[in-house]
Amino acid sequence: MRAFKITSLFALAAIAVSACASAGGTGGDIKVAILAPLSGPVPTFGVSTRDGALQAIDEWNAKGGINGQKIVPIVEDSQCTPDPALNAAHKVIDQDKVSFIIGEVCSKASIPISDYANSKKIIEMSPTSTATGVTVDQNGKVKDYIFRACFIDPFQGKVAAKFALGTLKAQTAFIMLDQSNDYVKGLAEAFEQAYTAAGGKVVGKENYTGKDTDFSTILAKVADAKPGLVYLPDYYNIVNLVTKQAKEKGITAPFMGGDGWDSPDLDTKAADGGYYTNHYSPEDTRPEVVNFVKAYGVKYKDDKGQPKTPDALAALAYDAGNLLFTAIKDAGSTDTTKVRDTLTKISFDGISGKITYDADHNPVKSATILHVTGGKVVFDSVVNP
Amino acid sequence: MQQANTSQRSVPATRKSGARLAWIGRAFLLALALFAVIVLVRSFFDNPQLFAQIVISGLQLGFVYALIALGYTMVYGIVKLINFAHGDVFMAGAFVSFFAVTRFQLHLWPAMVFPNLPPIVVTVVGSITVILLSMAVCALMAVTIERVAYKPLRTAPRIAALITAIGVSFFLEYFGALNFVFSPRFIPYQRPFDVVTWYIFDGIHQVMPGQNPPQGSITFSNIAIIIMVVSILMQLSLQFLVRRTRIGKAMRATAFDKQAAQLMGINVDRVISITFAIGSAFAGLGGVLYAIAYPSINTLLGVLPGLKAFVAAVLGGIGSIPGAFVGALIMGQAEALTAGYISTPMRDAIAFTILIVVLLVRPTGIFGEPEKEKA
Repeated sequence: MRAFKITSLFALAAIAVSACASAGGTGGDIKVAILAPLSGPVPTFGVSTRDGALQAIDEWNAKGGINGQKIVPIVEDSQCTPDPALNAAHKVIDQDKVSFIIGEVCSKASIPISDYANSKKIIEMSPTSTATGVTVDQNGKVKDYIFRACFIDPFQGKVAAKFALGTLKAQTAFIMLDQSNDYVKGLAEAFEQAYTAAGGKVVGKENYTGKDTDFSTILAKVADAKPGLVYLPDYYNIVNLVTKQAKEKGITAPFMGGDGWDSPDLDTKAADGGYYTNHYSPEDTRPEVVNFVKAYGVKYKDDKGQPKTPDALAALAYDAGNLLFTAIKDAGSTDTTKVRDTLTKISFDGISGKITYDADHNPVKSATILHVTGGKVVFDSVVNP
Repeated sequence: MQQANTSQRSVPATRKSGARLAWIGRAFLLALALFAVIVLVRSFFDNPQLFAQIVISGLQLGFVYALIALGYTMVYGIVKLINFAHGDVFMAGAFVSFFAVTRFQLHLWPAMVFPNLPPIVVTVVGSITVILLSMAVCALMAVTIERVAYKPLRTAPRIAALITAIGVSFFLEYFGALNFVFSPRFIPYQRPFDVVTWYIFDGIHQVMPGQNPPQGSITFSNIAIIIMVVSILMQLSLQFLVRRTRIGKAMRATAFDKQAAQLMGINVDRVISITFAIGSAFAGLGGVLYAIAYPSINTLLGVLPGLKAFVAAVLGGIGSIPGAFVGALIMGQAEALTAGYISTPMRDAIAFTILIVVLLVRPTGIFGEPEKEKA
């Protein structure tokens, strides 16, 4: 019995070794994993990200693939939550043997994925995770195989502070933040720093948790403090609740946030008068943007059968895919070390601006300010770094 | 429904370590309560307007919890089951009203049938119809759940029914999250009527959009008033039902001793079904009001309010109807004041600390009577 067990163990080990060996070979298809939060707190982000990435993949495959190799997408639901995201990463890396990952959307989910992917020398290209900790570890060392297609939190906070003081002339601000959310915290901290450094005064700062629905207590304090601006860099689901309750309390100060506001489910009536920093605007007139918006609308329809307008998530996922595939093509190989070296030196014209990478694998690019008004989100201005 | 009777033997009250623990616990709690009172009195004099504003938001929350807690406590009083699916019935109530309003425009039906009605009548009648529909669907849902999931387990150990209840709760949450049911999205809730806010400052004025109420005024909204009035009305009518009607008498008899009640010719199954139906109708009502007050719904909407209402029911003395009501109001204030004067993320922690403290110090709750032994 024991002998049998041992031999069977050896047999298993042999299979495992041979499986590893075959995965390293070149030729055939290129498997690319798309990890997106298709369920969980921000499912519209997940759907847009998946669709944007698939759009890029389809376009490359229509052109004959990368260096003659077809791209095969593997989509997994990573739920914008650390544990399911890590499980999804284990599945695609260990089981499906992918070398390239596009995703996750949320920073708190991308960080655990990036740690595992980096240890396995798998390239992760996050389209939209803006927290610093995605590409840089706790000791400040850059994670070699991790990149992103979006600018980072400090930049959004800085731009928002500049806009608040310069354009809105708001001398006082109230900050609302979810301490348990890396993304929200990152933006809020950067905003506070830049805003006070430029002479603005933060008259109040309140925490809540992402599960809250009742914000009346915090809003009572906002009404009491009468700030010139409320900075609320959270996702649309929270923004909907807060801005609606604020309107009902008669709070007139404009709300401002980050790219987390960008969703078809944003309640534009409640958030009316608000501003947010974002990666791109579909109203941009550059030809690559126009073509992308058109192609996306042909492929994806909304509930009513109308062509969908790609949001920033879709645009960034599309950029992330194109960045990655261009780098693979330029490197002439699917070897992740070679692709990484190509990416660090790349100069890429994307939907969301011209992208080059700094030493921490963060793109250097411009930001867009959008204004919520009259039930619509309109393009306001572009701010350069 | 007043007595919480079980066949369990009560623990002798003279166990020494237990008594000492209770004593230390009480002293500690007293100190904590004193501290809280001092802090609150100071905050009140610091900024009475902000304090009043926070108390109002606590009342609004507390009265919603009261509606949910009534269902918990009624069901517990009769079948000794903590119906954990109750919070999800609450969620279903919010969704039913959402679909009634967005898909079928049910809140506008009086205007379609009688075009000459004044708009206020249309709004009132339409909204009440939406609420009644939600209540009816929730009642039906709860009766079905009871028949399918709880009735076969009525003679099984209580823990089996409890775990089934948790299972039903998860089923409702994640079945609801499927795309063809409610979908997992956070959906902006469309209200059957508009929320209007007033402020008190030299009399009562309406808050106009784009206009700040003056410094030092207190604001309150129509939904806060509706929640309070409806919750009090429901509480009173439930008291009337239980104390003065035949079915109420049957409920009390069933709560007191199921077998004896059956022997006296009471249809216990029917009584239990009716109890579930009434409790869940209240939850459905609570769900609609909650969604109107905090207008974003998703399928996990009922989890936290459900748990907090459960704490409220335990705090008031599970099985006691006035207890659930008082417990819920205390919970609402505890939450709002914690959010106001400690920090918002602490409020859930405080809510569940209350549960632990109540279970340690006075497991029967404020209005609960100590368990009596059956002869």
